Formats: sequence, C-alpha cells, structure tokens
Amino acid sequence: MGRFVVRRLVGMVLVMFAVSVLTFAIFNVIPNGDPADRMAGKNSTAVQITAIEKEWGFDQPIYRQYATTMEKVVTGDLISYANQTNVVDEIKRGIPRTFALAIGAALLWFAMGTALGLYTAMRAGRWTDTLVTVLALVGVSMPVFWLGALASYYLGFKAGIFPNGGYSEIGEDGLWQWVNHMILPWCVLATLFVGVYSRVLRSNVLDTINDDYVRTARAKGLSERRVMIHHVLRNSLIPIVTLWGLDFGAVLGGGAILTETVFDLQGVGQYFAESIGQLDVPPVLAVTLFGAFFIVLLNTLVDIVYAALDPRIRLS
Amino acid sequence: MTPAHSELLLDVRNLNVSFATEEGVVQAVDEVSFELRAGEVLSVVGESGSGKSVTAMTLMGLTRSPNARFAGTARLRDLDLITATDDQLRAVRAEEIAMIFQDPMTSLNPVHRIGKQIVEQIQAHRDVSDAEARDLVVTQLERVGIPRARERFDAYPHEFSGGMRQRVMIAMALSCDPSVLIADEPTTALDVTIQAQILEVLKELRSESGAGIILVTHDLGVVADIADRIAVMYAGRIVEQGTTDEIFYNPQHPYTWGLLGSITRVDRPRPDRLPSISGLPPSLIHPPQGCHFRPRCPHAHDACLVKPELRARVPGATGHEDRCVMKPGQKEKLRQTGGQIGLEAGGVTS
Repeated sequence: MGRFVVRRLVGMVLVMFAVSVLTFAIFNVIPNGDPADRMAGKNSTAVQITAIEKEWGFDQPIYRQYATTMEKVVTGDLISYANQTNVVDEIKRGIPRTFALAIGAALLWFAMGTALGLYTAMRAGRWTDTLVTVLALVGVSMPVFWLGALASYYLGFKAGIFPNGGYSEIGEDGLWQWVNHMILPWCVLATLFVGVYSRVLRSNVLDTINDDYVRTARAKGLSERRVMIHHVLRNSLIPIVTLWGLDFGAVLGGGAILTETVFDLQGVGQYFAESIGQLDVPPVLAVTLFGAFFIVLLNTLVDIVYAALDPRIRLS
Repeated sequence: MTPAHSELLLDVRNLNVSFATEEGVVQAVDEVSFELRAGEVLSVVGESGSGKSVTAMTLMGLTRSPNARFAGTARLRDLDLITATDDQLRAVRAEEIAMIFQDPMTSLNPVHRIGKQIVEQIQAHRDVSDAEARDLVVTQLERVGIPRARERFDAYPHEFSGGMRQRVMIAMALSCDPSVLIADEPTTALDVTIQAQILEVLKELRSESGAGIILVTHDLGVVADIADRIAVMYAGRIVEQGTTDEIFYNPQHPYTWGLLGSITRVDRPRPDRLPSISGLPPSLIHPPQGCHFRPRCPHAHDACLVKPELRARVPGATGHEDRCVMKPGQKEKLRQTGGQIGLEAGGVTS
C-alpha cells in the first residue's frame, strides 16, 4: 500500500510535467499566438512590442520561459497575459463553484444511473426497458449547451422557477438560494452521464445475473431483494465505480466547461474556456495542471477503492 | 441395504421441463419419475445434455424462467416444488432441500468472505445472532474437514483451492440441516484425488445426517460404492432405474449396457480402443420417434417406434424399471452373446 502510493505520487508528478510541457509547447506554435503582439493592441508599434517582450520575458528562449512560468505556478505569482490578474486567485475563486457543480452532479448521475440500470436490467426486454433505453440515448445525444440553454430559458427565464443562471454563495444568500441556483446545472450535467451509466450497469447486471454464485445465492433461499443487492449489484457496481471516479475527476478538474458557461457559474471550467478564447497561456496552463491533478488523483483513488471492492485485486 | 421403508422425502411424478428457444422447443426433461427416501443415495447418471442437471435444478426451482414450461409434480413432503410460489420455494431452499453445484470455482461470490456467505444463508432462515451463526458455521466447516476453520471463516474464496471451496459449498448446503441434498456433479471440476476426498465427505454425511442425497453425475465409476439406487437418464428420459446392484449386475436397457461397457477396468486387459456407443445423442428439439435411444441401438426394431413406458419389466423386481420393450430373456441372451455394445456388462465386480 505504501509503495503503491509513493509510486502513484511519482507518476502524478511525471504526468503533470508532461502535460505542462505539451500545453506550453502547443500555445507557442499555434498561429496568432504571440502574446506580446496581442497585449500591445491593434495599433501598436514595433517598439512597443519589443518593450512588452522584454518586460514579460518573451524574448527569452522557450525553455527559460517555461521554467519561469512553472516557477510562478508553484509560488502562486502567475499573472494572466490578457488582463493582468493573478491566475491562482482566479482559480481559487472558481473552485467552490466547480466543486459544487461536480459533486452534486456526480452523486446525482451515479444514483440515477445505478437505479435506472438496475431497473432496466430487471425489466430487460419489456417496454419500460426500451423506453428508458431510448431516453438514455436521447440524454446522451443532447448537447449540454442546447439542453442547458433550453432549461435555463424555459424553466428559468420564462417560468421563473429557477434563477436565470449565476452562482449564489451560501454565506451570502443562504443554503436555499445556493441549491436553487445549482439544481438546473446539476440536472443538465447529470443528464449527459446518466444514459451511459445506466446502460453500462444494465449490461453488467445482465452478465452477473447468470453467474454461478447468483444461482448459489438463490439456492440459499435468500430473498430476491437480497440476491439482487448483495450479490448482483455488489458485483456489477465494481466497473461502474471505476468509470465514475474517472468522470468525476474530469469534472472536478474543470471539465464541465459547457455547463459552467451556459449557467454562468464562473467556475474553473468557465475561466478555462474564456482563457482559451483569449489564447491566454498562464491560466490555460494552470487550469490544465489543475485538471490533470484531479484526474490522476481520482485514478489513484479508484485503484484503491477497486482493491477494497474486489478482494482478488491486490495493490502492489 | 436400501432403506426402502424409511420416510419418503421426495416423490417426482411425470416431471416434464421444456424451454422455448429460438430454434424451437427443447424438451429437456421428459416424463421423469423417481422417489427419494430418507438416508438414501440416489444417483442420477447420464451424459451431458441428458437432462440430469435440469432435473436437479428444477427441484430447487432454479430453472424457472419466462421461457420454461413445467408439467408433472415433485412433492417434497407436502409441498409440490413445481407449483410452489416463489415464497414457499424460498422458505424450503437450503432449509429442506439444498444443492451443491458442479463448479466450486465460480459458485461462491468472489467479493464476500466465505463465512459470511454461509452466515447469510442461516440468517435468511433462522433468527440467530451473528455470534451464534458464526459458531454454527465454524462447526460446519470443521465437519467437512476444513482445517483451522475459525481463521478460515474470514478468508475469501480465491484464497481456497477447488477442493476446499467444494467443502465450503458442502458445509453451506448442510448448514441448515436439509432433509434432501442435491449434489450436481460435485466432483467433476476437481482432481481425481480430491474427488475421492469429497465423495468420502458425502458418504460420512449420509450416514451421520440421515438426509436423502441425489448425486448427479456422468461417471458411473463415482457412484458404484456410494449410491443405493441409480437412475440412468438419456435424452431427457429415465431409461432405467433400480438398485445399484440391479443396474450393475442385471442392466436391462441397451444404453445402460453401453454406459457400463465404456468404463475402463483396471482388473481386465486393456482393450486397444475404449468401447464407446456409436453415434451422437439426439437433438432434444427434434427427438427421434419412439425410444430416444433407437437410432444408436443395434437391437432396434419396429416396436421401438412407439414411446416405451418406464415400468418394471424384470419378473420379481418391482423397483427395477426400464424403458426397453425387449423381453427380459431376450435381453439376457443379447447381453451374454454380446452385441456391439454391452460386451462388458454383467461382469462387474465391486
């Protein structure tokens, strides 16, 4: 276990290094990416540009630029090229928003996916199974920006049931306002995943239900409920937990860019999207590292949980 | 030797099981009738696909599914297992009728501790505390020969060998003291030495507990010294049943001759080729008309085109039933002069 964690930590550092190098390199080769040019504005002179290059260190060789930037990431002094704000402060401001969205939506899609998956598996072949399958497909196929915009427009703007986007601090307007602001984003983001999770669980359950140990469980005279939960679901959930950990990591790391943007949550993902639009390397780099950190972290946690759920697997 | 007058535990009459498949209706079990008495070991013998496992599973209600059809009765004391409700069935499973499955490697849930898996069964039927259930399980595990049972209680199935897992399955099946124990090929997946040990465990249990045991197997060699009665199944039907002595020393059905003839013998010169029954078992979707063994039987004639009844045909042996229409005297002659099959039959020493 100890060795496993150490190895994963080393792995995490290597992954983040590779990710940062790649991100930095990409932004140096894409067209129209010269930050000095952009910072100087439309009617700038060559002298002004050279001055900016000197001031921000863009005249340095690329590896030096990378080293300085990374140093600033670590010390928290990273400044955006586009609006000269502190990148780390911006990310810190977005974290509670992104986490609120990610945790709520992830719990929702896990619970809904499991419930629907189990239900459709037990009704396999009947019309309710077909109906849920079609709905799952519809849910997966609807783009978040479309579904989110519709929900926001009809349920928020038109009907006035929910606020029209934005985020409410618990400390300022209380818990209810916060929940009220989060319901639509949670549901819209979860819709995207529920279909996949319910389909995967359904097929796992249908595989497991024919396993010999389920027959044994029935032969023991257990109630159908206990057979389904203790034997079928318990074993079918193992791959789902893996999937969930990885998706949850991606959303925690700011991966729900569209949902955050559509509902104007001002989270890490939305900050990321805006920064990409401005070809603003420091925040893009920082958020990429932030995301990579959570993906690797959740990967490691998934492996640990996996070993706990399946005693045949040993961490080594 | 057969406890013929002990309590009748299980009375199966004209049991039919069929499954609707995409290719057609499979008649897996066709008019199967047998009895099981307390303290008796009944062995159901037949090759793969003969319907012996389906018969066994049907008694546990494990073949129930939307595409399965059942007819006939299977009375466990007063309860008909075929028409019992799911709740009635759940109440007798493990408590009255328990089963040991063929493959111990996959029959235990890999993610639960073995002790817990047995405790779960006991607590489904009896109101006992965790500690009491634990003690009960440890006693059962010791009874089937698992060393250091108290420590092994918390082990996972993958930490056990196949033989040990089968012992766990046996301990599980016995933990509620069922009156009927069904063992579906309990030794097939195991090494020969382990097979002998498991059979030994079963033999001890039978004398200790007085339960009736149904031992399903494809291996006549396995049953020779444990079974009181043998039912030979072929293509969904019981073709012959009787006491072990009757089946081994006076087999009536040509298929039984074939089965007996294909056992290798260590006390005879080894033949160049192992005797085998020519041809293949019939499809159960389109079974042959009349006697199911007819297409493979060297003695088949026109009378075999009519479905033969399972009834006592040997004078004086009421419990010895078979489905071959030939006269007993004629069978005797054929067996002794030797047809293509059954050369070895009649000379088995035990």
